[in-house]
Amino acid sequence: MAVETPRRVVISARNLNKTFNPSNSDVVIALQNVNLDIVQGEFISLIGPSGCGKSTLLRLIADLTQPSHGDLTVNGKNPHQARLDRDYGMVFQAATLYDWRSVLKNVQLPLEIMGYPASERDRRAREMLELVELGKFAHHYPWQLSGGMQQRVSIARALAFEPSILLMDEPFGALDEFTRERMNMELLRIWEQTGITVIFVTHSIPEAVFLSSRVVVMSPRPGRITQVVDNDVPYPRVFETRETPRFFEKVTEVRELLRDAHLIDEATI
Amino acid sequence: MQVQNTLELPVAQKNWLDRVRYYLPTLLVAVAVLLLWEGLVRVLNIQQFLLPRPSAIFAELMAELRLVGAGESLLFEAAGATLWEAVGGFVLGSTAGLLVALVTARWTIVNEALMPFAIAANSVPIIAFAPIMNNWFGLTNPASKMAIVSIIVFFPVMINTVRGLTMVEPTQLELMQSYAARPFKILFGLRIPNALPYIFSALRVASSLSVIGAVVGEFFGGPRATLGVFITQEAAGFNFARAWAAIIMAALIGISFYLLVLFAERRLMPWHNSMRETA
Repeated sequence: MAVETPRRVVISARNLNKTFNPSNSDVVIALQNVNLDIVQGEFISLIGPSGCGKSTLLRLIADLTQPSHGDLTVNGKNPHQARLDRDYGMVFQAATLYDWRSVLKNVQLPLEIMGYPASERDRRAREMLELVELGKFAHHYPWQLSGGMQQRVSIARALAFEPSILLMDEPFGALDEFTRERMNMELLRIWEQTGITVIFVTHSIPEAVFLSSRVVVMSPRPGRITQVVDNDVPYPRVFETRETPRFFEKVTEVRELLRDAHLIDEATI
Repeated sequence: MQVQNTLELPVAQKNWLDRVRYYLPTLLVAVAVLLLWEGLVRVLNIQQFLLPRPSAIFAELMAELRLVGAGESLLFEAAGATLWEAVGGFVLGSTAGLLVALVTARWTIVNEALMPFAIAANSVPIIAFAPIMNNWFGLTNPASKMAIVSIIVFFPVMINTVRGLTMVEPTQLELMQSYAARPFKILFGLRIPNALPYIFSALRVASSLSVIGAVVGEFFGGPRATLGVFITQEAAGFNFARAWAAIIMAALIGISFYLLVLFAERRLMPWHNSMRETA
């Protein structure tokens, strides 16, 4: 038997707090005492009702907002340095493609900013489009694609410069159920192929259970982590996985945790 | 000002037959109006100083056209001079508007200090300054008309450009931030392309305004060979068909200028909204 090498901690949060309008009467505690370690190659879902701080946590990791206090490291660095080092790729809820760029040029955008030579930009962008199975659409414009295809382009763009972390903020929230399930399969395939660490914000319980190796259940007012659920539904997960008893049990487990959190929340109001 | 609403060209048609089918009703309306006009003037025996017949106006245009070869057509000379004033003012005013917008959008404080004035100035009838410009630059100097045109054009171009540069979707900016993009790249890679539709809609308005500005500026005085002076002189001499011929020329200049800007827009922004039906 091979000796398991201890995997590197990619993200580490210690007593992380984020407060909006701290000096104001409408103060919002978005995150309170969040402790979380994420190791390399994990697929982590952040799930919870709106206001639980799941998107805030993602944005803190991305250095798009700064913590009020507490420690957060990304690849062993502070998040600002990690952003400057281009350690992560980000996928937003909307595909946020630039209308004036073709699909290929959109995927090349980060490579352009990072100063890759033209031939390398082209090679990588085409490779990424193949990965998301949109090779034939390189010269289309974003508005010529469906919502699901646009989101795949945005995933290709996030992966183009081979970041070690992929941050996804409800990326499939706007898609219909069928497209969403297909996108889930595709995302898992990419994750398994690349070995990238994924942090995935969602409000869909089946989606979280289907995708992730661990599900971080969060609750609101103040935003905090209720529990982290290890998800031992075996990989590779396929279409039929959703019909297995193990999958069902995990969905139920997460659902009950969310309901309890919600009940506590109701009781305190 | 109606011009830019009614002259929106349709999306590129599939073939010439569709094209004919599309323009046919417009053509028929135009022909019907002209026939009705001609008929009414004849039947009701309307005096030519009230309303000349279209055929008389057309005859004047043809007569002037025959003189062009010999270089003796006052009307075409006037049209050329007015076009030069309009285009010169348009280029100066919109260039200044673009540059000032780039600077003000870069420094928020300047922007916040200047924008209220720009918006106020934009709703002032700037044409009222035409006599002043005539005094400053000289009545017969084309620069006096270019000056008034460039001031008229400046404000809509500047205001719209600032809007386009600043009204960027927050997530599109965050995307750039996530790549740690430099401000220079954010300006050229995001803000300016984002502003192009705003800029072009201002330029379309400006193209019509510039011809209006030049002609009205000439009403306050200018060289004989300009459309505004031509119209006032011929009208004063009761040569109404000639005055109308000059009005037609001014209209043709305005429409062509507008179409030229529209054409440039289509070429430079193939991704724009108004073209999406072709997908």
